[in-house]
Amino acid sequence: MSGILRLSSVGKTYPRSGVALRDISFEMQKGEFVFLVGHSGAGKSTLLKLLSMAERPTSGEVRVSGFSSLSIKTRDIPTLRRRLGIVFQDFRLLPDRTAEQNVAFALEVTGAQQAQIRPKVARLLTQVGLASKATAFPHELSGGEQQRVAIARALANDPFVLLADEPTGNLDDRAKHAIFLLLREINAQGTAVLVATHDVAMIQRSQLRFLELDQGTLVHDGTDVARLVADMRGRR
Amino acid sequence: MRLAFREVALAFRRAPLLSILGVTTIAFSLFAFGLFGLVAINIKAALLAVEDRVEIRAFLIDSARDAQVEDLMQGINKIPQVADVGYVSPDSALQRARAELEEFRDVMTGAILPGSVELRLKAGARDPETVQAISRRLQTYPVVEEVRYGREWVEKLYRIRNIAGLAGIALGSVFALVAIIIIGSTIRMAILARAKEIEIMRLVGATNMFVRLPYLLDGTLKGLLGGGIAVALTWATVQLVSRRLMTAEFFTTEQAWLGIAAGGVLGLVGSWISVGRQLRRVWRDA
Repeated sequence: MSGILRLSSVGKTYPRSGVALRDISFEMQKGEFVFLVGHSGAGKSTLLKLLSMAERPTSGEVRVSGFSSLSIKTRDIPTLRRRLGIVFQDFRLLPDRTAEQNVAFALEVTGAQQAQIRPKVARLLTQVGLASKATAFPHELSGGEQQRVAIARALANDPFVLLADEPTGNLDDRAKHAIFLLLREINAQGTAVLVATHDVAMIQRSQLRFLELDQGTLVHDGTDVARLVADMRGRR
Repeated sequence: MRLAFREVALAFRRAPLLSILGVTTIAFSLFAFGLFGLVAINIKAALLAVEDRVEIRAFLIDSARDAQVEDLMQGINKIPQVADVGYVSPDSALQRARAELEEFRDVMTGAILPGSVELRLKAGARDPETVQAISRRLQTYPVVEEVRYGREWVEKLYRIRNIAGLAGIALGSVFALVAIIIIGSTIRMAILARAKEIEIMRLVGATNMFVRLPYLLDGTLKGLLGGGIAVALTWATVQLVSRRLMTAEFFTTEQAWLGIAAGGVLGLVGSWISVGRQLRRVWRDA
């Protein structure tokens, strides 16, 4: 099975802040669930930006869904984005639109027909457990609920991979766990999921593959949680 | 497209004052343009009427002999721009003067008036340059003593027309520039106010054109509205002038539509310039 997402010797250097990523290589398979872990500043967000082609690597190559960072044209980036679902720690919902309008927005920008948007939005909100709050505005929802709306929006265009940047960073433990379960469920239906987090406990419980970044270098790619626990403590 | 129109309505509600300002400046720029344009059009109409009457009169010397007059007439007939030509003998000049100036009938006796040759030019050859050239040609005949034509006011009218045209272009251009800048800044504010929304649009895979379209539409619609207002204002002005001062001509329907379209183009240009710059800024920060 070929990787849907592959990084080959990727480096990223910013003119002002210096090296952010150094010689990163890994691959992700279709339908896989992978954590990306590291302290803040380790390069997790930079890596996600490279995957969504918001930025290009300074060296090496990023390949996502058949697009290469070496050859992708600016006008192809929207096509790529429609194959990715992206979720952030701060949700990034539009405050003046309801939950369903926020989800519909992702479909509207791709030029989908209104007749198709309605049922799809209803289905997505049901999937994330928010069917009863479709007409609520973001400020009327809890953090966990807002993140569910954001996840529903990310799933709107049937992405092959969901990229989540600290999706549970702003949530309490119960909401955290619920969002994690939701992501697992989405993964079980065939969507690959890459979750950037610094929540070691979540990784410990799940026993899933994780990529550990330290100061821009990939120091572990596997499931050795004991090592991760030691690492994260040691650097605290 | 429907979505884009919704965004336009939203933009207008969010910054009504700036929107109105943008529309008003476009309206005024085109109004200024239109007013001077109308002055030029009306002067041209007056010129055409006047030009129709432009004639050149060559007064002959008192001792003019028939052969000399004949020679002159033949020469004039060879000038292609001449529509018709007539000889007025001293006698008929006297009769004409007597008919026109009855009060002085008794004073005018004998051959006190010189004979003359009157000629009218063909339409399209009545501009000051041609008139002058032909006059100079007539002057070369020894039998011609003096050539007269309504030189001064023909030239003056032409000059006024040119000045009106230039003033319209200059003033209109300045206003147009201001309009482009104002439309540009309304779009700039709208984009800054919606930086977050634009970022999310990009995130979920909106194309550049999709993000731009509402702003371009916004600018164009404001421009068309401004153009419409400008046409209405000039029309009102013409009505006012016609009622109070003198009958004035208005634009043809095509010209009026052109004015409205010009507004649309102004709006489109303003938003096009601004949207590219501002979006690049928002995207760099995102």
